[in-house]
Amino acid sequence: MEWDALLLARLQFAFTIGFHIIFPAFTIGLASYLAVLEGLWLRTNRPVFRNLYLFWVKIFALSFGMGVVSGVVMSYQFGTNWSVFATQTGSVIGPLLGYEVLTAFFLEASFLGIMLFGWKHVGPGLHFLSTCMVAIGTLISAFWILAANSWMQTPQGFAFAADGTMIATDFVKVIFNPSLPSRFAHMVLAAYLTTAMAVAGAAAFALLRKRALPESRMSLRMAVLMMAIVAPLQIVAGHESGVVAHHHQPAKVAALEGWWTSGPQPLILFGWPDETAGKNHLEVAIPGGGSWVNVGDPAAPLKGLDAFPEADRPPVFITFWAFRIMVAIGLAMVALGVWGAVLWAMKRLDGATLYHRALVLAAPSGFIAVLAGWITAEVGRQPYVVYGVLRTADAVSPVAAGAVATSLLMFIVVYAIVFSAGALYILRLVAKGPETDEAPPRTDEPPGTPLGAGVQEA
Amino acid sequence: MVFGIELSLIWAVLIAVAVFLYVALDGFDLGVGILFPFARDKNERDQMQAAIAPVWDGNETWLVLGGGGLFAAFPKAYATVMPALYGPITLMLLALIFRGVAFEFRHHGRARGARFWTAAFAGGSIVAAGAQGLVLGGFVQGLAVRDGVFVGGPLDWLTPFSLLVAGAVMAGYALLGACWLVFKTQGDLFERARGWVKQLAVVVALSMGAVSLATLNVDPRVTARWGLTMTSVDWPAFLRLAPLPLLAGALCFLLWRGADTRRHLQPYLYAVALFAIGFLGLAISLWPYIVPFAMTPAQAAAADNALALMLWGAAPMLPIILAYTAWVYWVFRAKVGADATYH
Ligand code: HDD
Ligand code: HEM
Ligand code: HEM
Repeated sequence: MEWDALLLARLQFAFTIGFHIIFPAFTIGLASYLAVLEGLWLRTNRPVFRNLYLFWVKIFALSFGMGVVSGVVMSYQFGTNWSVFATQTGSVIGPLLGYEVLTAFFLEASFLGIMLFGWKHVGPGLHFLSTCMVAIGTLISAFWILAANSWMQTPQGFAFAADGTMIATDFVKVIFNPSLPSRFAHMVLAAYLTTAMAVAGAAAFALLRKRALPESRMSLRMAVLMMAIVAPLQIVAGHESGVVAHHHQPAKVAALEGWWTSGPQPLILFGWPDETAGKNHLEVAIPGGGSWVNVGDPAAPLKGLDAFPEADRPPVFITFWAFRIMVAIGLAMVALGVWGAVLWAMKRLDGATLYHRALVLAAPSGFIAVLAGWITAEVGRQPYVVYGVLRTADAVSPVAAGAVATSLLMFIVVYAIVFSAGALYILRLVAKGPETDEAPPRTDEPPGTPLGAGVQEA
Repeated sequence: MVFGIELSLIWAVLIAVAVFLYVALDGFDLGVGILFPFARDKNERDQMQAAIAPVWDGNETWLVLGGGGLFAAFPKAYATVMPALYGPITLMLLALIFRGVAFEFRHHGRARGARFWTAAFAGGSIVAAGAQGLVLGGFVQGLAVRDGVFVGGPLDWLTPFSLLVAGAVMAGYALLGACWLVFKTQGDLFERARGWVKQLAVVVALSMGAVSLATLNVDPRVTARWGLTMTSVDWPAFLRLAPLPLLAGALCFLLWRGADTRRHLQPYLYAVALFAIGFLGLAISLWPYIVPFAMTPAQAAAADNALALMLWGAAPMLPIILAYTAWVYWVFRAKVGADATYH
């Protein structure tokens, strides 16, 4: 391995996008949750919902800010580090990113101002509308960026122009490419689950500490409901993603499943892939399980890594383990959802200390699964950046390794400072928990600003 | 072609408009950050931040549109400009991170943290403005491009010229910020902001003049366009363009005089007009290049069907965006109070 501009640019991209995705994964879910809370508050007038809104909106403001600044970095990375990629694909995915800015980013950013600061300036209806606009904006944004990413995974609807760059022959095919539906569903569900786990963890923590009881009971129920419904759906969506990947990116699936030789494939529960020996050590597997999961027939012969020239194989170890971490967390989420639903049905949800402890432990699990999922998807498509068309090695900018190394180092330092501070402030807010005093009766004058309320008190 | 106009030309104009809106809007909130160190106490700093907090994110989105739009409409320009200006762009992004998170972090940090994020807000704004000046300077002086690929070195952008432009951009943003504070604040801070406007009007007049003269020097084509050379003046060419510097001088004078005491938005509008003149002057100097002296819009453009698709999106979306942006500004039209703690 050589520390050239290519490797450094890859590290830099992986680092900055990995940092960025943590925040969307949380804010997409949280924005929808806040819209639900505010809607419930306006309908029922119950102070629990307002208190929860005011509590989570502070955490939302912190996370959204970090999401925005790390996102602005991403939109320039294509040019600074991947300029050949930008030239080659600009006419195809450029418009998708353009649409993202026009239809999503302005919507989020403008209505965010009203959402955070407009409490005293607009009526409750317009404020609710603003929260909804932010929530919708995050989903639109996810759609376009995932359309671009999915096209890179399963490209179609393009041709090469005379100058060698790619042009779209059919934009409908570009946008609605084969992996978009499953990827969009899987990512949005992932964001909702990530938020549900974080909300459940915060609620359980408050209940263990006997704080803000009405609020925490309510948010625990909302989170458990979400988990119980969405975690099983996520397995279905994940399975669908796997089937699509198997069809379009067989080398990726061979790597994430750990299949070295072609034939009827096992379902490998544990193993230690060894890329030089070309096999797994310590393998524990269900024979035929892999073929059955992927095509429904345990005897079906499927391609292993040996079916691909070595230069076209993705790194196996990372893909294999990232996939297993994600799936293990997905199964754990299903279990936690079922456990919570059972306790709820038995009316023992509020006193179940062991369950609360488990939820506190699982609070960051969504973030880990999201990162593991993206690593599976992105590392698994190597050595291509546009699958089967453009190799990563051919996409890099003509910049000096020193420049990339310096900027990578600076990104690491800056992100470390910003991330630690942000995480600290969020954890402090969580530790304090929501306000719980009985609210004054509702009047036409909405109460103080959401963030102001917390600041005055602090 | 739409109505007989090349799509690439339409997009060049649209992106120029996006960049100009960015400068006019984010310019004032970066400017408020630059003036942060001159605030007297925490209460004044809180008022200053409250004057921009609800709108800064929307303002910065014009930068994303400028960058994203360049990628989408002119991928070849994007792919040569970004590697060439790698250093200052990275610097700008890092600075924007610090000042972006400081809006929230300033109010969550305790004693030491709050002080750190206050400094980060000011420092981030100053460095971001300076880095944008370096980007502009490095861009205007021309890039080493061969066959559509950047072939220069990593520090090509660092010249006396780009440093001069960096200083001018910082001064210009500070002026916009001071004007915005005149519009949004009252009491003591308002009075002091009026003073800042006067001082900065002089600084901006000088630095705009210096940058204009220096720009004449970057390429003979620019000199010829303005009808000026070292030894002679091409009067017809120069006189056609002379109204621009004259108008700019008049605006600086008006800002310096601090004319009207009742219409508090007026100085900001003057300052925006001043930027518009600078922008126009630059466009005249660089025409018809989108990457100075190397690529025209037509050479750098994406495929026609991509440009057309985006035009279909931009035509309805830009008016809608401008409408709700205007609405948000209208909602927050009131001056911030002297008791503005957070909002
Ligand atoms: C699944 C969703 C998703 C994914 C895969 C990405 N983003 Fe993102 N991005 C969002 C979802 C999102 C969001 C939900 O819209 C954000 C997150 C923070 C924020 O909190 O808004 C956002 C913010 C955000 C911003 C700031 C917008 C503003 O000024 O308001 C930019 C410029 C980007 N992103 C760009 C990118 C790029 C270039 C990506 C890929 C390389 C990327 N994002 C991946
Ligand atoms: C539109 C969305 C995206 C685009 C256009 C994109 C594009 C790219 C590109 C150009 C590379 C460089 C190839 C390489 O480093 O090997 C890459 C790698 C990578 N991307 Fe993405 N990506 C997108 C979304 C994401 C997201 C949301 C994540 C979330 C974490 C992600 C994670 C990664 C990782 C981990 C790598 C490094 C893989 C490696 O180095 O082997 N990507 N991606
Ligand atoms: C247990 C069931 C799960 C299965 C079978 C599964 C399957 C998959 C597969 C096969 C991919 C790769 C898709 C591709 O490269 O085209 C993937 C990606 C991903 N997974 Fe999962 N997953 C599961 C659970 C989860 C959970 C619980 C989360 C997060 C909360 C998650 C988040 C992601 C993300 C963010 C990606 C990358 C985006 C994408 O390609 O869809 N997954 N998953």
